[in-house]
Amino acid sequence: MRENILEIRELKAYYKILKGDVKALDGVTFNVRRGEILGVAGESGCGKSTLASTLIYRKPPLKYISGEARLLGQDIMKMPEREFKKLRLKNISIIPQYALDAFSPTKKIKTFIGDLVSEHGIRPNKKFYDKVAERLDMVNLDPSVLNRYSIELSGGMKQRIIMIISSILDPDFLIADEITSALDVSSQRFVANLLANLRDEGIIGSAMFITHDLSILYQIAERIMIMYAGHFAEIGPTDEIVKNPRHPYTKALLASLPQVGIQYKDKRLTGIKGTPPHLLNIGPGCRFRFRCPYRTEKCEETPLREKVNEDHYVSCWNSKNIGSDNHG
Amino acid sequence: MANQKQDSIMSIQNLTKVFKSGLFKPEVTVAVKDVSFEMRPGTILSLVGESGSGKTTIGKLILKLLQPTGGKILYKGKDITAIKDKEGLKEYYRRVQAIFQDPFSSFNPLYRVDRVFDMVFKSFLNEDNKEEKIYKALESVNLNPERILNKFPHQLSGGQLQRLLIARALLLDVDILVADELISMLDASTRIGVLNLLVELCKKNGMSVLFITHDLNLGYYVSDYTLIMYKGRLVERGSTRKVYENPIHPYTKMLFNSVPDIGKMWDRSKEFLPEQVVHDVRKFYKENQGRGFEEVEEEHGVLFSDTY
Repeated sequence: MRENILEIRELKAYYKILKGDVKALDGVTFNVRRGEILGVAGESGCGKSTLASTLIYRKPPLKYISGEARLLGQDIMKMPEREFKKLRLKNISIIPQYALDAFSPTKKIKTFIGDLVSEHGIRPNKKFYDKVAERLDMVNLDPSVLNRYSIELSGGMKQRIIMIISSILDPDFLIADEITSALDVSSQRFVANLLANLRDEGIIGSAMFITHDLSILYQIAERIMIMYAGHFAEIGPTDEIVKNPRHPYTKALLASLPQVGIQYKDKRLTGIKGTPPHLLNIGPGCRFRFRCPYRTEKCEETPLREKVNEDHYVSCWNSKNIGSDNHG
Repeated sequence: MANQKQDSIMSIQNLTKVFKSGLFKPEVTVAVKDVSFEMRPGTILSLVGESGSGKTTIGKLILKLLQPTGGKILYKGKDITAIKDKEGLKEYYRRVQAIFQDPFSSFNPLYRVDRVFDMVFKSFLNEDNKEEKIYKALESVNLNPERILNKFPHQLSGGQLQRLLIARALLLDVDILVADELISMLDASTRIGVLNLLVELCKKNGMSVLFITHDLNLGYYVSDYTLIMYKGRLVERGSTRKVYENPIHPYTKMLFNSVPDIGKMWDRSKEFLPEQVVHDVRKFYKENQGRGFEEVEEEHGVLFSDTY
């Protein structure tokens, strides 16, 4: 098995507000291996973006509570900001959600990129821009885009530029947060494949692809982690998760996905009744139990993470009862 | 299309909308060009296309939020552009309604959600048995009235708010519902519920739904007919099965190749650029010069060239 580039152990990060703690990330454990694309999926409010923020920039009200996150062996949670800054872009980097809207409308792309990287201590000299041009070529963009304004570019073009900038220093680990969400299907496919290509060519080491869209993860992720309401639900190889889900939430999520070939007339898809719980001052117990058809008394206790198959871990007391046969 | 015309409730004929901006050197954007289709009661028509393809513009034209530059929209045989007086408009909106993407912006955050029903009664309906009617409508969209009424929008979920808006349309007993990206802001687990409900009510009440979406899988799931828009043109149209199983226009083909589907991997050897579609479409039009919008089989039409 390949070595782990990132090891996360019982990581907790809460939003501290006046009314108490919003437990958005509550004890998550997983590894990211060298060279893999790990998909992270779940509904809004499941903690997937909080996970990204916790790893990169913990700004109040988000506060690290406990647990470990070891990047290349170093615990980045306890690292002083000044030291962590040296790792950003070089060792760990992020393509933030809504980055498409972050372009300055009054600056040319070139100036914008220059300002951005000098924040991180890189001098935007000719050598730097040569590298940018080379990477632009890789994503089929002409270097002349650097002299344009953001309004002149399409969403797909902007997303490609952001991906290049985020990976310009060949980071070991890249977090891609909802990079395909605001795009048309054709750009979606290009951008998702681009992430895989960056990895194949060794420009990025590993990636964590956060999205709500399981069908895109199926295309490029080696493993998928499912989160629900701040808890870890399930992790395993992509095929295994899709064909043999062992957490009731994963199973319900898969059953609610429309696919070409399924029409309302022939087969009625089912959603999940109810909504995720409010995470403010939430107590122990499985957080899916309010919507779960397999609920038992045991579910009042927070489930433990257990191995159910080779490389497949689940947090559910009743995972043994959840057969693989009756899905699909 | 001849037999479709007979029972169509709304007929869109050669609809064109051009936006002009700038005073001295006006810049012209053709948002919708020469689009024709029919809407029939009890059917769901999905309008699919990328951003900027003109799908929302069509929705707005039907809702009379924009005036067409050319072409006609006939509602029960009458041209809706002729409706100008207050009474006529009121009568029109009594029967033609819309639900938009963002449920939170459809509600005024300062008022309780009941206000949408109050407004409906004030404008369109008589107030006899008001409470009872509201309860009935809410129950038919699977909402518990006790738990919904008297709440503020922020206390409800996006899915609940969208259901509430569907209930509002039900109260009015609308003929035509324009659902513009109705569920794209909802989570996977909740949106199916809203969708199933929409189809059920459409069939039961004989509503005609224009389902505007960019999600092909959802479009396939709900709709009887599919319209594919590309750069303001209707490039392919027909029964959903036929269009999805046998796409002919290069843009439609590209769309179906790019849809991520669980259980079916993308062919990564056949990588193509989003920009390349433009060339493919141009080539296709050139090869088929002189041809226009043609029916290739029953209930399946394709735009072969845009210069006819």
